[in-house]
Amino acid sequence: MIHIDIVKPLNLASGLMDLEVDIKINDGAFVAFYGQSGAGKTTLLRILSGLETPKEGKIEVDGEVWFDSSTKINKPAQKRGVGFVFQDFALFPNMTVKENLLYALKKGDTKTYVDEVMEVVGLSELHARYPYQLSGGQKQRVALARAVVCKPKILLLDEPLSALDAQMRSKLQDKLLEVHKLFGMTTVLVSHDVGEIFKLCGDVVWIENGHIKSKGTPKQIFFKHKTSAAFEFIGELLEITKNEMIYILVLHVGHEVIKTIATKDEIVGLNIGDRVRVITKSFHPIIEKL
Amino acid sequence: MMNEIFISTMLLTFKLAFVTTVILLILGTCIAYYLFVAKSHVKPLIETIVSMPLVLPPTVLGFYLLVAFSQENFLGRFLQEYFGFRLTFTFAGLVFGSVIFSLPFMVHPIQNGLAALPKSLSEAATILGKSKVNIFFKILLPNIKPSLLTGVVITFAHTIGEFGVVLMIGGNIPQKTRVASLAVYDQVESLNYHEANKYALTLFVISFCVLLLVYIVNKKYFAKGFR
Repeated sequence: MIHIDIVKPLNLASGLMDLEVDIKINDGAFVAFYGQSGAGKTTLLRILSGLETPKEGKIEVDGEVWFDSSTKINKPAQKRGVGFVFQDFALFPNMTVKENLLYALKKGDTKTYVDEVMEVVGLSELHARYPYQLSGGQKQRVALARAVVCKPKILLLDEPLSALDAQMRSKLQDKLLEVHKLFGMTTVLVSHDVGEIFKLCGDVVWIENGHIKSKGTPKQIFFKHKTSAAFEFIGELLEITKNEMIYILVLHVGHEVIKTIATKDEIVGLNIGDRVRVITKSFHPIIEKL
Repeated sequence: MMNEIFISTMLLTFKLAFVTTVILLILGTCIAYYLFVAKSHVKPLIETIVSMPLVLPPTVLGFYLLVAFSQENFLGRFLQEYFGFRLTFTFAGLVFGSVIFSLPFMVHPIQNGLAALPKSLSEAATILGKSKVNIFFKILLPNIKPSLLTGVVITFAHTIGEFGVVLMIGGNIPQKTRVASLAVYDQVESLNYHEANKYALTLFVISFCVLLLVYIVNKKYFAKGFR
């Protein structure tokens, strides 16, 4: 089990803020750190890996203390033995796919293990290529394979799929699930994609402004409002135009720009750039298979 | 006779440039790495010292080196008495002066190359349990090859073109400390324009070719998308 209970001051564009969390993660779990960018998710992941040091608190993994500010224990990142997949993949440009994996291999492990892992993530064909010869999805698979090949107990994924298109994402999400099942390591995923979290994770920790807003299963977290007959979206207000009696609002929701109407009372206090919640009661939505 | 002098002068010039470059490749890489990782208050001071030769007239540097190492002064006497080592008007002195004077030409490209690498590369290697030394040789250095090449070539070319420092500390002694750039000046002073042109043209052509080579190689390197 992982127990993180730390405080770390963050210096963000929005000002100074404390990252203050206390989380327990069970062995073999697949957990998501969810929240807006700048909430402290990535910092928390980096603290767990040892790349950043908290101001105070304690990190304990399987009964072993990794960090304790009161006794000044701080296990260096080199010795923590976690697997980490970076947002930019961080593949070593001077090494081929196979060399990247061999570099990560622990001393004493047989080199054939590298071939096995490449097989699992579907890289065997690409083993002699350099990172610059790979597509985004392929790079991501190399990064994943490299993180897994040193047999970590904990696998940390920092928005590993955010740079990829929807189709590639879906494929790689399957790959992540497969890898998690096969190797069984505790996995933490930083993500702000609700769909991805539903598909992959058993637990979610929602972090907002450096604090835990809520934690639970994806269903508990994202179905909080039990008005199941209504759709609810969060969007950004882009434009308000008056059209005779009513107002037309242009909103940016998800990846779409939508138009909707509002009455004079509803637009009071609304400004361009505001974040708004749009709720629509849709008793009979049209659903089409894609 | 004239030809022999020409050849020995050119050889001396290249020997100086070669020795200087080899020393600077090691020294410059160490300094660049220090500046890359350092967070201490001393860092700006060291950066300033490294960059001083860019703004100082070479004669100023040469003058102080000459004074510091002259037999009249403590440092020069100390080196001579205890190590039998003399830096004024010797080849060793030329090397010493050139190393200091070309320092920024080696340190800056390497430092910039290191700074341009994504931070996540060394972080990824750290998480894989690799030591700093291992990361330096296996990850950092191989990925800044264009910067290393730039540093090496510019240092080499710059040392060949050095004038002020080698004149001051070397003293323009034929066959001993007279390098090609000094020979040009010397020949012009004695109105030997033909001989001067021989040195000048050789320097011109070599410098041109060397720089052209760097740009071609670096362009190919980047075209490969290696970084």
